[in-house]
Amino acid sequence: MSDDIVLRMKNVDVFHGTFQALWNVSLEVRQGEMLALIGANTAGKTTLLDAISGMLHPKSGSIEFLGKEIGGLDPYRIVELGITQVPEGRRVFPDMTVLDNLIIGSYAGIARRKKPENLKIVHDLFPRLLERKRQVAKTLSGGEQQMLAIGRGLMAAPRLMLIDEMSLGLAPIVVDEIFKVLEEIRKRGITVLFVEQNVNRTLQEADRAYILETGRVALSGTAEDLRNNAEVKKAYFGVDSCEVKPGGYGG
Amino acid sequence: MGMGSGDIITPIVIGIMLGGLYALIALGLSLVFGVMRLINLAHGDLVVLSSYIAYALLTYLGLDPVVGLVISIPFMFILGFLIQRYLLGKGFAVSSETPLIIAFGISLVLQNLNQILWTPLSRGLNTSYTHASFFLGERQFPATYLLDFAAGIIVMLALRLFLTRTYMGRAISAASQDKRAAQLMGINTNRVYGYAFAVAMGSAAIAGVFLGMTFPFTPTSGTSFLTIAFGTVIIGGLGSMAGTFFGGIILGVFQTMGGYFLGPASQMLIVYVLVLLILAIRPTGLFGR
Repeated sequence: MSDDIVLRMKNVDVFHGTFQALWNVSLEVRQGEMLALIGANTAGKTTLLDAISGMLHPKSGSIEFLGKEIGGLDPYRIVELGITQVPEGRRVFPDMTVLDNLIIGSYAGIARRKKPENLKIVHDLFPRLLERKRQVAKTLSGGEQQMLAIGRGLMAAPRLMLIDEMSLGLAPIVVDEIFKVLEEIRKRGITVLFVEQNVNRTLQEADRAYILETGRVALSGTAEDLRNNAEVKKAYFGVDSCEVKPGGYGG
Repeated sequence: MGMGSGDIITPIVIGIMLGGLYALIALGLSLVFGVMRLINLAHGDLVVLSSYIAYALLTYLGLDPVVGLVISIPFMFILGFLIQRYLLGKGFAVSSETPLIIAFGISLVLQNLNQILWTPLSRGLNTSYTHASFFLGERQFPATYLLDFAAGIIVMLALRLFLTRTYMGRAISAASQDKRAAQLMGINTNRVYGYAFAVAMGSAAIAGVFLGMTFPFTPTSGTSFLTIAFGTVIIGGLGSMAGTFFGGIILGVFQTMGGYFLGPASQMLIVYVLVLLILAIRPTGLFGR
C-alpha cells in the first residue's frame, strides 16, 4: 500500500504572510491515479499546489515525494525531482514560439537529455502544436495555449503533474479533448493531480478527490463515493448549478 | 552655425555609425531591464570602467584594446555575476526599489574609484587605426565609426542568438516574460538573473572599448553615456535587442541632424525632444512589445 504512494502531505500549514491559507492538510497521491482537488474560490487549491511546487514553503508539516522530504525546497529543485505544475491561466511564454515554449519545459535536470523523445510524445498527443511550432504563443487560441501549457509541462519528464484550473474559459468540446489527453498521459505512467471548479465534471474524470473548504480538507474519497455523498450533493449539485461560483478564480 | 550649412549626407552617415556605438552601450541596459525590471544606474560607469581596463592594458602591457577584450570580457562577466549575486540579488529580497539604490551606490563608488586610479584627466584609447579614415565616394569618415557600427551589429546579433538558441538564453527570455511560469518550469531565477547581468556586463566590456576609441572619457563620463543609453532604450523599446539597435541608430541620426540644423551646442536637444515625445505617445518604444 505505502509503496504506491507518490506524494504524501502530512499536517501541512501554509501562510500567505500572516494569513493562514492551509490548515493541517494531509493528502496522499497514489501512483498512476487521477486525483482531483475540489473547492470554492479561496479554498486553498492553488496554495496547495504551490506548496507542493515549492513556490510556497510550509510553516509546519511535511511533504514527501517518493519518500523524500521536499517541503522547503526551491521550485527548480522540485521540478528536477519530477513534479511539474501547469499553472492556472496557462501562462505560456507569450513572446516565444510554440517550439521554444516546449524546449524551455525541458530545462531542468534530466529532462534535457530526454528532449527529443518528449517532443515526439507531445507532438503525438497534440498534433496541432506541431503544426504551429513556429507561431508565437500569444497568437494561439485559449485551448491551444492550454495544450501548449500541458505539453510544456510534459517536456519536464514529470512523475507527477499538477494541473491548475485547466478548463477555465474553455469551450466544453476543448475540455473534452484535453481530458482525453490527460487519460493518455496517465497511461504513460504519469500521475495527475488536478484542480477544477466544475465538480460534476471532475467527479466523472477523477479516480479520487479531496474537497477543500477554507484551507482544510473537508472530505475525501473515491469519485464514486463522493458523487453519491449526501453532503456533496447538497453543497455542489444543489439547485440547478453544477459549478461552484462559476467564473471565479481559485485561491 | 546655421541651417543647412553644407553637405547633409555626411552627418546622416556619421549618425548611423555612431548609433551603432550607442546601441552597443545600451544593449546591456536593455537586457538587464528586460529580465530584472531594474534600471541599472551603474551601467554607464561599468562601461567606462571597461574603457579604463582597456586603457590600462594598452598603456602598461601594450595590448591592443580589441585584443584586450579576451581579458576584459571574462573579467566584466564575472564581476557582473558577483554584483548580481551579492549586491543586487540581496536587494531584490528587500524590495523592488532597493536594487535601484544599490545600483546608484555602485555608480558613485565606481566614479570615485576611477578618479583615484586614473586621475580626473581625460583619457582615450589611441591605436594605429583609431586615427585612420575611410572614404565613401568623396566623403571621408573616421575608421572607428565604422568599427562602432560593426561592433553594434555583431553584439546585437550575438545576444539575439544567445537569447533564442541556448537553454540559458531561453531561460532568460522566459524569466523576463513570466517569472512565476519560469520558476514552475524548473528555472532557478536567481541564477538566471546572475547570468543575465553577467552577459550584460560582457557586452559593456565591448562597449567600453569602442567608446574609448571613439570619444575621450573621464571618471564621470558614465553618467552622460547612461543618459544616451536611456534615450536609446526608450526610443527602441526596453528588452528588445533589435529594437535597442534601431533605437541607437535613430538617436545617432537625430543627434547629428540636430547638430547640422541647430549647431553642435544644441545637438542633443532634438534627441531629448524625441525621447519625450516617444514617452508620451508610445511609452513601450518604437519596437517594444
